[in-house]
Amino acid sequence: MITLHHYLLLAALLFVIGLYGALTRRNAIGILMAIELMLNAVNINFVAFSRFVPQAGLSGQVFVVFVITVAACEAAVGLALILCIFRTRRTVEADEVNLLKW
Amino acid sequence: MPLAEHAYLAPLFPLLACALILMLGRRAPGQGAYVAVGGMLLALVVSCGVFSRVAQGAGGDFSARWFRVGGVSVHAGVLVDPLSAVMLLVVSFVGLMIFIYSMGYMHGDPRYSRYFAYLSLFAAAMLGLVIADQLIVLYACWELVGLCSYLLIGFWFERPAAARAGKKAFLVTRLGDTGLLVGILLLVAVAGTANLQTLFRMAAGHTLPNWVLTAAALLIFCGAVGKSAQFPLHVWLPDAMEGPTPVSALIHAATMVAAGVYLVARCEPLLAAPASGVPLMTVAWIGAITAVMAASIAVVTNDIKRVLAYSTISQLGYMMLGVGAGSVVAGIFHLTTHAFFKALLFMAAGSIIHATQRQDMWELGGLARRMPVTFGVFLCGAAALAGLPPFSGFWSKDEILLRAFQASPALYGLGLFGAFLTAFYMTRMGIVTFLGQPRKAGEAHESPRVMTWPMVVLAVGAVGLGFVGTPWANWFHGFLAGGAGEQVSPEPLGLPLMAVSVAAALGGIALAYVMYGTGALSPAAVAAKLRPLYKTLKNKYWMDELYEVALIRPGMRLALLFRRVDEGGVDAAVNRVGEVAVGTSWLSNAFDHIVVDGLVNLIGWITRQVGAVGRFGQTGFAQDYMFWLAAGALVLILIGWLGP
Repeated sequence: MITLHHYLLLAALLFVIGLYGALTRRNAIGILMAIELMLNAVNINFVAFSRFVPQAGLSGQVFVVFVITVAACEAAVGLALILCIFRTRRTVEADEVNLLKW
Repeated sequence: MPLAEHAYLAPLFPLLACALILMLGRRAPGQGAYVAVGGMLLALVVSCGVFSRVAQGAGGDFSARWFRVGGVSVHAGVLVDPLSAVMLLVVSFVGLMIFIYSMGYMHGDPRYSRYFAYLSLFAAAMLGLVIADQLIVLYACWELVGLCSYLLIGFWFERPAAARAGKKAFLVTRLGDTGLLVGILLLVAVAGTANLQTLFRMAAGHTLPNWVLTAAALLIFCGAVGKSAQFPLHVWLPDAMEGPTPVSALIHAATMVAAGVYLVARCEPLLAAPASGVPLMTVAWIGAITAVMAASIAVVTNDIKRVLAYSTISQLGYMMLGVGAGSVVAGIFHLTTHAFFKALLFMAAGSIIHATQRQDMWELGGLARRMPVTFGVFLCGAAALAGLPPFSGFWSKDEILLRAFQASPALYGLGLFGAFLTAFYMTRMGIVTFLGQPRKAGEAHESPRVMTWPMVVLAVGAVGLGFVGTPWANWFHGFLAGGAGEQVSPEPLGLPLMAVSVAAALGGIALAYVMYGTGALSPAAVAAKLRPLYKTLKNKYWMDELYEVALIRPGMRLALLFRRVDEGGVDAAVNRVGEVAVGTSWLSNAFDHIVVDGLVNLIGWITRQVGAVGRFGQTGFAQDYMFWLAAGALVLILIGWLGP
C-alpha cells in the first residue's frame, strides 16, 4: 500500500536534495532550480496531507495553487536579478558575486 | 531757634567739607582750601551761636536713642554746657586761623587737597569730641583725631623720618588709648551706662564702688597722658614736628593735645569722687613733673619747632596741674590762652621755615629786621608763654600756680621753677633766632598776607584774652563755674604769688639775655661746668633709648617669634592640608584614568574584538548565508519539537 509516509518521505527527500543544491551549486540559475525543487517538495507534502487527512479537506490543494503561483513569481524575480548581475559582472557564478564581504 | 541742641552741626560742617574735598579732589574750589575754610567758618558760626545761648543760660544733655542691642538701648547726643561751649569756640576759632594760614604755607604742595581733607576731618572729630555726651562717642572721636594726627604727621611720607614719626605717635598714644578703653569698659560694665552726666550723678551719689571710681579715673587719665604727651608718654610729640608746621600748630599745640586736658576736665567729677583723692593727686603730680622735665629739655634744644614742642608738653603739664589741684577753671583757662599763643608761636616758626627753609636756630639770626611782622607776633606769643603781665598767659598760669600752692607747696615749687625755665628758653630762642647777625639765612622775606593776618589775629588774642579771667573781674571763672561750682572771689594769697611768678619770669629772661644777648656768661662754659646735667638734658633723659631697649626690642623679638610660629606652624599646617588635597586628587585622577577609563575602554575593546572575529562571517557569498539560514531554521524546529 502507498501510505502517507511514503509521500512525506518523498517530499523530505526532494527538500533535502533541493537544499543541498541551493547551498552548493555554483551557477545562480542552478540555485534557483534547487529552490524550485524545495518549493515543489513542500507542494507534495501539502497535497499528501490533503489526500490522506480527511479533516484537512481541500485546503492543502488550494494552498498548493498559491505556492505554485508564488514560486513562479519568485522565479521570475530571481531570474531578473540574475540578468542584472550578468549585465554588470558578466558572470552568473554565485561565488563571483561576493563584493559585500569583510 | 533752639541752637543749643543742634550743636552737632559744628562737627558736621567740617565733616561734609572733608567728604566734598575727597570727592571733588583738585576740582574743588581752591583745590579744597576754600571748602575747608568754609566748613570751619560755618563751624565757628555755630560755635558762637551755642556760646551765646549758653551764656544766656541754655544748655543741657540732648540725647537720642542711637541703637538697641538685645534689650539694651544705647543713647548718644550732645552735651552743651559752658565747658563744651568754650572748647567749641577755641577749636573752631584757632582752627579757622590755621586753615587760612595753611593756604599760604602749603601752597604748591602736590597733595594740597588731601591736606585740607585731613584737616577738615580732624576738625570734625575734635569738635565732635568736645560735645560728646557719652564715653563711647567720645572714644570714637578720640581715635579719629589720633588717626588724623598720624595721617598729618606723616603727610610727607616720602621722608622716612616723617613716616617713622607718624608711626611713633600712633603707637605711643595707643598705649594711653588702651588704658582709656579699659577705663570706659569698666565704667560701662559696672554702671550700665556710658552717659557722662549719669555717671557723674552716680559718682557723686556714691552708688559706684570706690575701687571702680579710682581705677576708672586712673585709666581715663592714662588716655590723657598719651594724647596730651605727659610723662612718660611724651616721647611722640617732639618727633611729630616732622609734619607740616600748621599741623603742629593745630593738632600738637592748640587742639588735639588739649583733648587730654579736656577729658580730664570733663571727667573731673569722676576723678574727684574717690575719697582718697588719689586720681587728682596723680594728675597734678604728673603734670608738674612733666612741666619741669619738658622745660628743662627745651633749654638745650636747637630746632625751633622742637623747642615749641617741648614747650607744649610743659604747658600741658601746667594744665594738668591746674585741674589736678582742684580747679577745672584754671586748667581750661590756660588751655584757652595757650591755644592762642602756642598756635601763634608755631605759625611764626612756620613763617620762618617758609622763608628760610631752615629750622636750627643757630643757622638763623637777624630776622627781626627782615620779618618784622613775624617778629612782632612772636614777641606777643613769647611774652604770653613766659607769663609776663598783662599778656594772657600771665593770668592763666598764675591762676594755676595759685591753685597749686593751695594744694601743695611742693607742686607750687615745681610750677614756679618751670615758669623760670619757660621764660629762659623762650628768650634764648627769640634772641638767637631774631636778633644779632644772620648766620646762614641770607635772603629772608616776610610771609604773604594770607599767613601773617591769621597770626596777627591770634596775637590780639594772645595779648588780650587774659583779661576775661583776671582775679578782680573773673568773668571766665563765673562762666565756667556755672558747670563746675567753684569759688569766685579773689584769693588773699593772689598778689604776693603774682609778684613771685613775675620775678621768676623776669629772672629767666634776664639770665637768657646775659648768656645769649650779651655773651657775658658763655653758654658753652655753663654746659662744660654742668656737664652731666647738660648731657642728660641733651639726651632727653634717655627716655627714647629706654623705651627702645625695654619695650621696642623685646616687642620686635616677640613679633619675629610670632612670625616664625605663623610661617613655620600655621603656614606649614595649611600647606600640609593643601598637599593632602593634592594627593587625594591625584588618587582620584589615577582611579579615573585607570579604573573608569579602563572599563570603558575594555568595553570598546571587546566590541572591536567581537567585530574583528565576527566580520569573517561576511563572506559576501550568498550561499553561505543560506546555509546559516537553514541551520538556524533547523535549530528552531528542533527547539519547537523537543521543547525549550
